[in-house]
Amino acid sequence: MKKLLLTHCLLLWAVLGFAQDELQVRGNFSIEGQYYQQDSAISAVVPDEQVALQGFGNIILTKGKFETGVRFETYVPAFVGYPAGAAWDGTGLGYRYAKYNGDKIEITVGNFYEQFGSGLILRTWEDRGLGVDYALDGIRVVARPADGITLKGLYGKQRFNFDDGFQNGDGIVRGADAEFHLNQLLDSIINLNGQWFIGGSFVSKYERNRSAAFDFPENVGAGSVRLRYQQGGFQFSGEYAHISQNPTKMNSQIVDIPDSLSPSTGIFQFGQALQATTSYSRKGFGVSLTASSLANMAFQSQRGADAFDSWINYLPPTSVLQTTLLAQFYPYATQPNGETSFRGDLFYTIPKKSLLGGKYGTKIVVSYTHVQAPDFPEVPGFDENREGVQPKLFTWGDDTYYADFNAKITKKISKKFKGSLFYMNIQYDNDVILGAYDYENVAAKGKIYADLIAFEGDIRLKKGHNFRFELQALFTDQHLQDWFAVVTEYTISPHYFFSAVNQYNFGNADGDKFNFPVVSAGYIDGGNRISLSYGRQRAGVFCVGGVCRVVPASNGLTVTLTSSF
Amino acid sequence: MIRKLILTFTAFSLLLFAHAQENSNTSSIPSTNVKSLEGKTFDTANFSNDGNPMIINFWATWCSPCKKELNNIAEVYEDWVDETGVKLVAVSIDDARSQSRVLPYINGSSWEYEVYIDENQDFKRAMGVNNVPHTFLVDGAGNIVYSHNNYAPGDENELYEKILSLSNQ
Repeated sequence: MKKLLLTHCLLLWAVLGFAQDELQVRGNFSIEGQYYQQDSAISAVVPDEQVALQGFGNIILTKGKFETGVRFETYVPAFVGYPAGAAWDGTGLGYRYAKYNGDKIEITVGNFYEQFGSGLILRTWEDRGLGVDYALDGIRVVARPADGITLKGLYGKQRFNFDDGFQNGDGIVRGADAEFHLNQLLDSIINLNGQWFIGGSFVSKYERNRSAAFDFPENVGAGSVRLRYQQGGFQFSGEYAHISQNPTKMNSQIVDIPDSLSPSTGIFQFGQALQATTSYSRKGFGVSLTASSLANMAFQSQRGADAFDSWINYLPPTSVLQTTLLAQFYPYATQPNGETSFRGDLFYTIPKKSLLGGKYGTKIVVSYTHVQAPDFPEVPGFDENREGVQPKLFTWGDDTYYADFNAKITKKISKKFKGSLFYMNIQYDNDVILGAYDYENVAAKGKIYADLIAFEGDIRLKKGHNFRFELQALFTDQHLQDWFAVVTEYTISPHYFFSAVNQYNFGNADGDKFNFPVVSAGYIDGGNRISLSYGRQRAGVFCVGGVCRVVPASNGLTVTLTSSF
Repeated sequence: MIRKLILTFTAFSLLLFAHAQENSNTSSIPSTNVKSLEGKTFDTANFSNDGNPMIINFWATWCSPCKKELNNIAEVYEDWVDETGVKLVAVSIDDARSQSRVLPYINGSSWEYEVYIDENQDFKRAMGVNNVPHTFLVDGAGNIVYSHNNYAPGDENELYEKILSLSNQ
């Protein structure tokens, strides 16, 4: 740690001292504070401190080809429910690096984020709002020796938790990636139609085996190959990945391991995945199809890591991310241990001045997602070989984990008014996804079938003034039953916004018909924004990648200040 | 103890340099790599509009205010280009989950923008963007002269006034 910091300072001075180009400084800040109130009716959580404050500041210095950056972070303490796994606590350095950015080579020492291909075997990333930070800490080299060739190599440990400074986990991650743009590469030999890209990656992790009872593989390797093709409005991309035998805490859930056989040890099996997507679009029309299957794909840099921690790869949910308030009751979370999924999207604009298009045209977006449980063939003799199942791709089990159909029509009626109508039908297995919570902050049981309808209107008032409203209703016989929500928002460009939102559990025949009102106001000036909000928050989950974070119910005042410079 | 000292030292030296920088408010576009819709790697430091002003806008297919902003600008974009020569570069931060929806969405919306994908948010990080939408205005010499976070209908008028004042200089 000391050595790294010292190296950092030296590099910093070297960067600032020797390069001749002009020094540039940029960065951003974010501070969020929350005051929690008692609200036992909804089991609102109040931390002992009553007030939580968290924030960060990034500063990046660039001079010619040299760059260095740091991020300070503070959690005094972190928000309730903010990251569920390892602790984030205290104030200190969250990230620091030095980088040389040459024409053909780029070298980074310190922390970095990287993605190979679509991320199936490596994507280290951050989402500060969600409390996700999988930064690697080590060295990365990116080389572009010739047009159409990109080579990457990296070596490092991974951020695990934060205790007055970031701390890395035990595992070591090593990887290499190559991508070739065939058109540029084969320019002199053949003339290809369309744009062709091929690529391949190799990633391995090392973690010492501290178990006397089990012969855990200390090195676990993963490889992937990918192809991307595009011509005009047609696009195809696909990636296949394979991970060698990888027993972890996560994959122990694939089979019912009897208590007599150390249940949390995991199964000694390989993993694999295939993802492909193809789309065609032209002016006013687009269609896209996605197919994906995962089998034993949890790839984390620590064998005993919890569901939220130390992810090396990124397994995005196949479903479309919905931002409609009531649709967030039932977010899909990827099942890294196994799933088979499909999605189809349709985009269509009914042309202007046609019968249905009207003066401005009408936009239609339709999407369907289906995610099915896998049906892995069992491998007998579990107590001797600990293999359990055969991780095959595109198997079709009995259980539908998730399905949704949704459609949205958007139409501008006049210069002053624009409206949209949204419908969604959701099928959700909460025993598997664990995304729906009740008023005791406990996951609801069983399958949930829900219909959602939402109407949004946007009214332009006098210059710079705009009023937006949403009326939403969600109908289900399961979970907390029926809901109604109203969203209103008044904005005065370019500085002010005010909003009032209420979610009302009107159809709850078995319990209290709670209201969840929230009012907020904000001021924006260029890259700076301050906002205040006060009200009740439902219990729910945030899901990203293969990762979900449970946020318990709360009630109180939140202040947010963000700034970019 | 030593660790704290080094930390403090680093923080102070950064502040010092940040302060020394305060009076020369030029800031150009940092160099990171994004992908074009065709899949080609593109260095963001090479974004340019032949001496005319340029807008860089961060958006995503799942972000409603972002789409509202770009759709509202799309209605007046032709006039803006004619009058000022401005160009809009739309940088999508969609990751592997929603990237396949970017091209169909753009074609479906008939945008005339130059669109790039910042799939692991390297460019977003380098530009100090907290959340989307975030819009930057770059002058003809490549300096970032204005930025705006969030979107409320009507914000495009303020942006256009800034563009006009640039092209009148």
